[in-house]
Amino acid sequence: MIGSVILLVYVAIFVLSFLAVRFLVHKTTRDFTSLKTVTFGDESAVTSNRIASIVSVTTVFLIWGSFTGSSWVPGFLHAPGPFVGETSFTYTLETADGVRDDATVYVKVADFGQETESIEAAPGEGIAKDDAVAMNASRTATILFDRNDEVTRKDGARVVAIDGIAIGAGDEIRTETGRFALTDKGAISFAPPSGLQMEPIWLPPPEDVVGRVVEIANEGYRDSTLWRHLGYSLFRVIAGFVFGALLGIPLGYAMGLSDWFRGWFEPIVEFMRPVPPLALIPLVIIWFGIGETGKIILLFLASLWIMAIAARAGVSGVNISKVHAAYSLGASKFQVMRHVIMPNSLPEIFTGARVAMGVCWGTVVAAELVAASEGAGMMIMVASKFQLTDIVLMGIILIGVIGFGIDILMRKAESVLVPWKGRS
Amino acid sequence: MTGLSIENISMRFDLPNGSSVQALKNVSLHLNEGELMSVLGPSGCGKTTLLNIVAGFLAPTEGQVVMNGHKVTGPAAERGMVFQQGALFEWMDVRSNVSFGPRMEGQRPSQYDAHVDHLLNVTGLRDFKDKAIYELSGGMQQRVALARCLANDPDVILMDEPLGALDALTREKMQGLVLKLWKETGKTIILITHSVEEALLLGERLLVMAPRPGRIHKEYNLPFADLGVGADLREVKKHPDYARTREEILEMIWDMEEEIMGRAEAAQ
Repeated sequence: MIGSVILLVYVAIFVLSFLAVRFLVHKTTRDFTSLKTVTFGDESAVTSNRIASIVSVTTVFLIWGSFTGSSWVPGFLHAPGPFVGETSFTYTLETADGVRDDATVYVKVADFGQETESIEAAPGEGIAKDDAVAMNASRTATILFDRNDEVTRKDGARVVAIDGIAIGAGDEIRTETGRFALTDKGAISFAPPSGLQMEPIWLPPPEDVVGRVVEIANEGYRDSTLWRHLGYSLFRVIAGFVFGALLGIPLGYAMGLSDWFRGWFEPIVEFMRPVPPLALIPLVIIWFGIGETGKIILLFLASLWIMAIAARAGVSGVNISKVHAAYSLGASKFQVMRHVIMPNSLPEIFTGARVAMGVCWGTVVAAELVAASEGAGMMIMVASKFQLTDIVLMGIILIGVIGFGIDILMRKAESVLVPWKGRS
Repeated sequence: MTGLSIENISMRFDLPNGSSVQALKNVSLHLNEGELMSVLGPSGCGKTTLLNIVAGFLAPTEGQVVMNGHKVTGPAAERGMVFQQGALFEWMDVRSNVSFGPRMEGQRPSQYDAHVDHLLNVTGLRDFKDKAIYELSGGMQQRVALARCLANDPDVILMDEPLGALDALTREKMQGLVLKLWKETGKTIILITHSVEEALLLGERLLVMAPRPGRIHKEYNLPFADLGVGADLREVKKHPDYARTREEILEMIWDMEEEIMGRAEAAQ
């Protein structure tokens, strides 16, 4: 129900902002691209629309804030919240003899996560006595109305109407007060209007998540600060990647330059390449335990095959006339290796390194989810066991940001170190 | 004996399906020091194979190449090569490309600096010496390839369609440059080309090869290269012999092409 509302709002914002930008902004910009005869189907004419990206990111946060009742989103943009406060309804009791009497139930609904405050109600007159119930928003309360009544369900009494509307076993009625039903044993099941907002236990508002970042950055979580958790994850990735590259690149070179090496290692590499590193986690834990060694070996294995294949492709990709040119300029075998084959393979190796870093980062989080005492994945895992959804979200966002940051750094390094990539 | 001798070379390639192709059969010729010979022929006549054998990238099935009295057994700095597509090293700037040979030999910068700078001047690359290779146009890249080859001071320069990928105007300019460098340095040059005009203008000697099997068909001795040094190449083309020789060679190559086509049709 909430899901379809959110989807609808999202699609509406997408369409409306597109139309708004199309008619208000782009009307005035007739640049060279817009004058091209062919702009549809010409992939080079399609660039990312900056406004769309900004609106897209804003929309995500807006919907997030709006459907969680965030204090960062102005109140009029909030989705309807759940009922909070005091309400009451009347039930009509009929005894086995057919005598009817009305009584009122006073309900106090506390906000998400608030302590329920018990309330008292005077019993009132008649065989049915007034009741008082305290509950939380978006919850369903089962009201044992006859605890204080003179005639109970055991005596054959039953509820026949709520607020004057007839109700029987299995019926469900909705009034302005909320949703009512009778349980199998005849008790009243009452749910006040739940609105469209999410409970923090499912999706906490953004300020809670940011609050958690600040809190964990200062005080730590599970005996380690946030930086220590992230640092451990990064350290494992970098250590595993470095070992993988240190062995994988020479292995790839050897496979690219010698038929014996290629014949020997090809079956192993081709077999190991399609095995997802996640499938190795159980074996690595059995062999090396859950400590650092196991994790670094896992990441080493994740990056080894990628780097070996990238280095082999780099060697095989060298234009033979470059090698011929170097030989006829008097270069020795070693010099051809050092000055032609190695630099020529760098672009491929960088592509491999980017892939390997991405895979390693994903693998380290998964490995920490399984077992670890520090790390970003471990943080999420433990938090989820205590239903600390804000820490889980914080962890996911930080993992995404760091993964993105790693890729940007790799691309920067690539444009500095191999500027000729894709341009020869 | 000085110069380059190609002695009765045959080359046969074995194909994966068991058959074999006779790329060259009994090719013999001798180049004296400082001679510029252009090689023409229809595609498939073994021009590039011949050049690769002389460069030492391929070992002939029969015969041998003798350079200044010793047998060629592999590539060496004495035989420089200029490729159709520069085969330049993108990871080095223009100057490092040109100084590659001397550096591989272990020379110090002080030993090669003057020579490299001189070559950069002669080839018109002085203002581009710090540029990256991918920033240069095709013509500029071929200048780098020429300068890189000359910096190594080889005895023989082997050119495999060095101007083939250039536009007509740039090509004409580069032809002038090749002639100028040939005269200045006195190198022995073998130039493979597809263009009859280029072969006529640049070749002191002109070799026409015939295909299947690749062999020498006819050899010319031409005056145009000497006339063209430092002169306007378009004036040279007005020489009466020029047009006549060009027609004769074109006719010859056309006949060969037709023969190939005819054989292909007959085979079908």
